[in-house]
Amino acid sequence: MEIFLQQIINGLVQGSVYALVALGYTMVYGILGLINFAHGEVVMIGAMLAISSLTALLGIGVPPLLALPLSAGFAMLGCMALGYGIERIAYRPLRHAPRLAPLITAIGVSIVLQNLAMMVWGREYHSFPQLIANSPHSIGGAIINDIQIIIFILALAIMAGLMLLVHRTRLGRAMRAVAENQHAAQLMGVDINRVISVTFMLGSALAAVAGMMVSANYGLAHYYMGFLLGLKAFTAAVLGGIGNLRGAMLGGLLLGLIESLGAGYIGDLSGGVFGSNYQDVFAFFVLIAVLVFRPSGLLGERIAERA
Amino acid sequence: MSHRPLCGSLRFGLLATLLRGFYSVKALEFVSGKHNARWAFWLLLAALLLLPFFTDALLGRGWVRIVDFAMLYIMLALGLNIVVGFAGLLDLGYIAFFAVGAYCYALAGSPHLALAFPMAFPDGVHLSFWMILPLAALLAGGFGVLLGAPTLRLRGDYLAIVTLGFGEIIRIFLNNLNAPVNLTNGPQGISRIDPVSVADVRLSVTQEIFGISLPSVHLYFYLFLAFTALVIFASQRLERSRIGRAWMAIREDEIAASAMGINTRNLKLLAFAMGAMFGGASGALFAGFQGFVSPESFSLMESIMVLCMVVLGGMGNIAGVILGGVLLAVLPEVLRHGVVPLQQALFGKTIVDPESLRMLLFGGALIVMMLYRPAGLLPSRVRRRELDTDEIVETV
Amino acid sequence: MSFHSARSLLFAAIVLALAGCEKPATPSQNTPGELTVRIGASAPLTGPQAHIGKDNESGTRMAIDDANARGIFIGGRRIHFELISEDDQADPKTATIVAQKLVDNQVSGVIGHLNSGTTIPASRIYSDNGIVQISPSATATAYTAQGFKTAFRVMANDAQQGRVLGEYATRNLGAKKIAVIDDRTGYGQGLADEFIKAAQANGAQIVAHEYTNDKAYDFTAVLTAVKGKQPDLLFYAGMDPQAGPMAKQLKSLALKLKFMMGDGGYTPQFIKLAGDAAEGSYASLPGVPLNKMPGGKEFETRFVARYQPIQLYAPYCYDAVNVMIAAMQKADSVEPANYLAALAGISHDGVTAKIQFDEKGDLKGGAITLYQVQQGKWQPLETLGAAAAAAP
Repeated sequence: MEIFLQQIINGLVQGSVYALVALGYTMVYGILGLINFAHGEVVMIGAMLAISSLTALLGIGVPPLLALPLSAGFAMLGCMALGYGIERIAYRPLRHAPRLAPLITAIGVSIVLQNLAMMVWGREYHSFPQLIANSPHSIGGAIINDIQIIIFILALAIMAGLMLLVHRTRLGRAMRAVAENQHAAQLMGVDINRVISVTFMLGSALAAVAGMMVSANYGLAHYYMGFLLGLKAFTAAVLGGIGNLRGAMLGGLLLGLIESLGAGYIGDLSGGVFGSNYQDVFAFFVLIAVLVFRPSGLLGERIAERA
Repeated sequence: MSHRPLCGSLRFGLLATLLRGFYSVKALEFVSGKHNARWAFWLLLAALLLLPFFTDALLGRGWVRIVDFAMLYIMLALGLNIVVGFAGLLDLGYIAFFAVGAYCYALAGSPHLALAFPMAFPDGVHLSFWMILPLAALLAGGFGVLLGAPTLRLRGDYLAIVTLGFGEIIRIFLNNLNAPVNLTNGPQGISRIDPVSVADVRLSVTQEIFGISLPSVHLYFYLFLAFTALVIFASQRLERSRIGRAWMAIREDEIAASAMGINTRNLKLLAFAMGAMFGGASGALFAGFQGFVSPESFSLMESIMVLCMVVLGGMGNIAGVILGGVLLAVLPEVLRHGVVPLQQALFGKTIVDPESLRMLLFGGALIVMMLYRPAGLLPSRVRRRELDTDEIVETV
Repeated sequence: MSFHSARSLLFAAIVLALAGCEKPATPSQNTPGELTVRIGASAPLTGPQAHIGKDNESGTRMAIDDANARGIFIGGRRIHFELISEDDQADPKTATIVAQKLVDNQVSGVIGHLNSGTTIPASRIYSDNGIVQISPSATATAYTAQGFKTAFRVMANDAQQGRVLGEYATRNLGAKKIAVIDDRTGYGQGLADEFIKAAQANGAQIVAHEYTNDKAYDFTAVLTAVKGKQPDLLFYAGMDPQAGPMAKQLKSLALKLKFMMGDGGYTPQFIKLAGDAAEGSYASLPGVPLNKMPGGKEFETRFVARYQPIQLYAPYCYDAVNVMIAAMQKADSVEPANYLAALAGISHDGVTAKIQFDEKGDLKGGAITLYQVQQGKWQPLETLGAAAAAAP
């Protein structure tokens, strides 16, 4: 029981990370109908920027409690600039091109960012400085620590904040208008380019937060960490219903649970035929199954497939 | 080893007829006059047949091996071109079919299966090359249908992600199917794979033909050249067939195509199957050539590299895809030998790895091509019209 | 269209012919009477393992420079050894190209490759061309099991290392219930399988066999599954980038057990990534600690002065070159066909161990040393496997 509870906690923590990243995917998709393949790399660069600035700030004697928000802000600003740049250079000129074109540039952007990060930060694993005592708490024998609790709460808070933004503000209304029909929105006086840029920047800022959380939780960052994380977060977004903010959260948590319970129990359940070596397969099977049987996802309203 | 002049000349004869066929001399006549076309064709054939000797003499035998690999990539890229270029289905997991073909050859032509089934195959399985090749192609084609069937309804970008997932699933299974039954030997891969032998001529040792000594890499070159010619021929015939036109109709507008009475479901499946068969066949050649397969050769990056070849050259255009394949297969070697010494000379140390430079160029090429030359370096006429005018159509 | 294909094919042929524009190196100038003998070396010099590959190259280069300084006479002529180092990028396909190039360059022998995944496909090309290959670091048993007469290694293979680790875990550390995690690479798979065999043979029970991959950083799910089986020892078959965070997560999940690794964990980076969770972890390294071997300490001092701290396998490369040269001297020939037999029967005192080969080309005896992290540093515990090999 205690082991089961621990697996649930593992899944929820991992799922919150997926959810944070999935929110970025889903925002861009909801508005542009574009899979921003490079989003995972933005997460990685956020983590790298946070670690670099944090190490630098601590190096010049800034107190940890001040350095932490400063470096978070720095990473978010950096990623916002990056997101803006990516959209301007790689996606905007192709807004009316056939669907495959922006997807191929997105793959290109992802490869370029990964290799640039490798040149800047090297191939080694960077360790995240231990700042706050990460004290463990016991819940019925299962263990959860401070950072993990923060990640979980943060993911929920950010989702709630985004919901408010989209449904209660002028900007949110403009976003929904652009998502509904770009031409009509333009005729109604919405500056489409601005709305799309802001969306990318918001998504990228979220990516920076997610990247920082991941590296704080696992204590490291690496130039390759973004790719698979991005892919799984995308799966989470599809599972929940892409374009739907609550769906991203739900999909993320579910995928996290599927992975941890799957990896934890598949060996015993299959009598040793399969094992945790198939952990990464679960996400892909979920992805294929959802797209084939319920392409609109769990909470999606709109039909996601169109010829 | 015995001399086998008959067999050699037979093969060359076959090759020549094939080449003659696919160069469809008539079209050349139309463009450049009868004489020039004939000349160009024979010149090209002679150049290709002599290529390994020139390469060997000028650059060394290692480069002949690189050219051999380039041919494999061209075959692979042409296979993917059927799926992406002709039918417009973006496949990001194409390397999986290459892997299926390679493992098929590895299992059916090595002592490996003796480990898993010592009773049934005490010495492993050692089928002949001509048995394994169609087997590998068919098996890969089967996997193509397996992938195609559930994903038929998906739109372009979703399809891309699903195929990516499929490619990874295949790789992960290959990596782990050493238990409970040792089928793939897991991450350690399968070694001691039988080299290819064609009509009792073993390609792994130097052969004497007409007094000319042909080392192993040269022999493989001619084998791969023949298969590349075959793949080019097949691609061209497909492109101009009813099937090819139907694929292009689906690519342009699926709804309109199905309204015109095209069975889009079957044709999309056929595209997947055909592309996969080409991939499987080249995978089998790869396994026989290298003598060793392991899952690390079939990573996602390889899929993207093959896609890059297709995009760079020009989706849907056979000549463009060949150009893309040659450029990208040779590029890593040029970088490895050019960039490192250059940087050493300029800065005294290596600042950019050739590997990351290669990836940067790949990624950059994908972006730049889509932005400025979406139809590729050598665009096909139809594709160019379609991709260039899209914006106008949209805004009108 | 056809016109296009013909033109582009021609163009492609020209591109191919021009590409690189690099000829095989011509023999270098040497003083009259001297004979230049080329020794090939291959390891990943670029890419994620470049630091280990460069370490290999440096070890090889130092041995060759030492031999040239010593002045070796074979067949009555003074020999000048020349190193031809090629980058295989840790990629099987590139490794075969590199092997072909080394063959083109008429090397007398090859020191390489670093990984099993590159060593195995390349070995077929060396064998076909009758060139001696000594791998400093490939550990997969399949490498020498192919039946190639030209294939040797100066490193204990997976079976040897796994056996010693399995015996140490059960006999010395008294583990009864053992959990194993492997990273699903060729290295991890081979080591884990042999470890399990040895541990079971010594009466231990394998309560869990879990897996991860060489890019993962979250191990909480598999570690929790391991926790449920209550083992008293966890063996991780993989490299330090995963072992470090794994040790950390072991601690935060409150798993009280002994943590053990193979040579992939015996690095300073493991301690850096694991932080204080590294304390008490075990790892092994084939061979005898350098300061216990005659000439070992001296090698280390000179190597560090000339290059940088030893990463992993430089001493094995140094030994590989020296054992090859010793065989050439014994056979009084630099032709692989002639010195092959001498190499197979050689007995050479290296800096890592006394080197003798068995009939397959594997290291005889294969001493393995166990280390433990104590006060943030790797400290040798004891040397097992072949006590005789340790004696000078």
